[in-house]
Amino acid sequence: MRNKIGVYICHCGSNIADYVDVEKLKEIVAKEEGVVLAKTTMFACADSTQKEIVQDIQEKNLDAIVIASCSPKLHLFTFRNIAIRAGLNPYNYIQVNIREQCSWAHSDTPKQATEKAISLVLAGIERAKHSKALTTLKISSVNTVAVVGAGVAGMRAAIELADMGTQVFLIEREYFVGGRSSQWNKLFTTDETGQEIVAKLYKKIITYNNITLFTGAEIVSKSGSVGDFDIKVKINPRYIKPGCKLDWAKFEKAVEVCPVEFDDPFNFGLTKQKAIYKNYPSEFPEIPAIDYDKCNKCGECVKVYEDIDLNQKPETININTGAVLLTTGFDPYEPEKGEFAFDEIDNVITLQKFKRLIELNEKELIYRNRKIRNIAYIYCVGSRQLDGENKYCSRYCCTSAIHTAILVKNKYSDINNFHFNRGIRTYGKQEVLYTESSEIGDIFLQSFEDSPPVVEKQGKDTIVKINDILTCGKELEVVADLVVLVTGMVPRKINTIADVLKVPIGRDKFFNEIHPKLRPVETVIDGVLIAGSCQAPLNITESVKSALSAASKANSLISKGEIELEPTLAKIDETICEWCDKCSEICPYDAIIKTKHGGKIIAVVNETSCKGCGMCLPVCPVNAIQLIGYTDVEIESMIEALI
Amino acid sequence: MTENKGSKILVFSTEKISDPAIDLAGLLKMHYPPTVYTINIPCSSAVKSRWIMHAFNKGFDGVFIAADGTDCAFDESCTDNTAKVISRTHELMKEKGIEPARLKMAAICSVCAEPFVKQMKSFAEYLSKS
Repeated sequence: MRNKIGVYICHCGSNIADYVDVEKLKEIVAKEEGVVLAKTTMFACADSTQKEIVQDIQEKNLDAIVIASCSPKLHLFTFRNIAIRAGLNPYNYIQVNIREQCSWAHSDTPKQATEKAISLVLAGIERAKHSKALTTLKISSVNTVAVVGAGVAGMRAAIELADMGTQVFLIEREYFVGGRSSQWNKLFTTDETGQEIVAKLYKKIITYNNITLFTGAEIVSKSGSVGDFDIKVKINPRYIKPGCKLDWAKFEKAVEVCPVEFDDPFNFGLTKQKAIYKNYPSEFPEIPAIDYDKCNKCGECVKVYEDIDLNQKPETININTGAVLLTTGFDPYEPEKGEFAFDEIDNVITLQKFKRLIELNEKELIYRNRKIRNIAYIYCVGSRQLDGENKYCSRYCCTSAIHTAILVKNKYSDINNFHFNRGIRTYGKQEVLYTESSEIGDIFLQSFEDSPPVVEKQGKDTIVKINDILTCGKELEVVADLVVLVTGMVPRKINTIADVLKVPIGRDKFFNEIHPKLRPVETVIDGVLIAGSCQAPLNITESVKSALSAASKANSLISKGEIELEPTLAKIDETICEWCDKCSEICPYDAIIKTKHGGKIIAVVNETSCKGCGMCLPVCPVNAIQLIGYTDVEIESMIEALI
Repeated sequence: MTENKGSKILVFSTEKISDPAIDLAGLLKMHYPPTVYTINIPCSSAVKSRWIMHAFNKGFDGVFIAADGTDCAFDESCTDNTAKVISRTHELMKEKGIEPARLKMAAICSVCAEPFVKQMKSFAEYLSKS
């Protein structure tokens, strides 16, 4: 039993200390039997604190430590490493979660939060007293990563993983790669178009033998765990005969005869799309597709294009993978009907649609048969909401709107840009765009969040009014030929992957990382990583940075061929066991073996097969089984401390 | 021993599935009674009846198993096996004159923060009335 225990109570800045009386907590636990040292610390994870703990362990010869701080999902390994550096077995370290499960959950009742924290830390001390020195287990892992989403982030991550020798399965729900970036024209800072960047990545991907791309494909189920996930991928047919020589004239004819027509999602309804389609000439893979969900199987296309095969069926394949990296991207915010007159006045459109409009109008900017001269941009639509759920800033939209405004002014004649903003956030290098737009004569008008601009119809004119704080609150108005709502990013509406993988969702409804600063691409599901704008609003540069980070993290996790696991194993007391077969029957891994020992038949655990689930514990009629780390004495002493 | 008033609930959560949901509830500042205490274990089907009975003997008013359900990373038999733990323990509770409704189980997935909070509020309310 450990009896030289050091206890550290973290303020976590104000995250814990604002709600839990950490000094009172320290005073109480310091009196506990076996505790020889109790301290509070501003940040237990800070380098200086870590050094101090190492010093304490060595100087005071501590035989166990307890750190009361955040969730172990965040810092368990950080703190275990402190123990290792100090020469203490890492399993003699116990983390007590007084942040997520105490100070934050009970921020409404600080007194009770403090009482609860005391109980939790006392329980942690009990666990530390009974903790044993253990060594980790190792399991084999397959050096394969399933990357979900073949946008810029997904493709870049796939290339990086493949370069590091990892087998990659790149799974894209759409029939073509590129995601949202392929809808965008010239990009800051390089002036490349989104489509050029996508093409560059795709052409590189197809040179790799260790990247397999599936399009029209979606993960429908997952089993197993890190290092050894089994995923099922449903692949919808493309209805084009594999390996056929593509005849683009016949494809055009097939598009012409296809009777299924709907608003083109690629161009946000500016054009129509048929069930057989290809969004733009250099779209990849360079094979047309027939939308599985939209096609009515009328067969008209087959009559003009014999390489179409409507008998193709969806197939489901099994993939064994060590990790899954999600790069599933975002959806643009769709304004509510009436939000800045959206869907009520016909010349009010979103920024994303406006970008497609520019792409489709070569010489003159025309929308609904009207030549556009005066453009009013209304910022922060669907972001930084005062009343709505989207409290966050979408980050990319100020830059994107100003960049688009400059492009429009350079591309067409007689354009006047009016920016109705709430404070421009063209952070970093993007600030030069703001300067450039000011220099070319763009007008910036600004309001506070509680008095946004108003869009209204006056006769035939669309008027945008604002109380402009840059001119002492003067009411100014602009007659706009087009109102562009600068809409931000929201999580994908169709997000079945979140359900299949049980990915944690944050307050902003985007996928949630373990820690925004310290573990920014990992989720609490071991082996499931996130990158790009499925995690938060990010621009392409930032998405690629996070994709590369996630690729490195995934590779380092699974490429060694084995993963270290907790030494949580069932142990059977041979003196008590009288073979009854119950534990062997319930074990899902056949890890319990019937053995002759000391003149009687008993059950023995095969340590290489045991996964430490503990299913065998409650079925033993004589309580002969203990799970290492979760023994009766540990659990029951914690219960006593908690009450 | 602390002075927290209200029905005391011991939750057995699971490290990979339900404990992240309880963390998420905190992250989202979703409040539930501060008399809810969690001990986490690898899998909900590992809970021993004696641990539950120990909790009741020591003064807990209710025990809640935040089960892995069909999300269990170990085996699909988890749900059935956890249910068997519950029914065996219910028998022991009856023998000791403890109302079986004081032991509850519900599947709490890794993102089920809201269902967890609802379960805790309704369980605490039930225990306070019984």
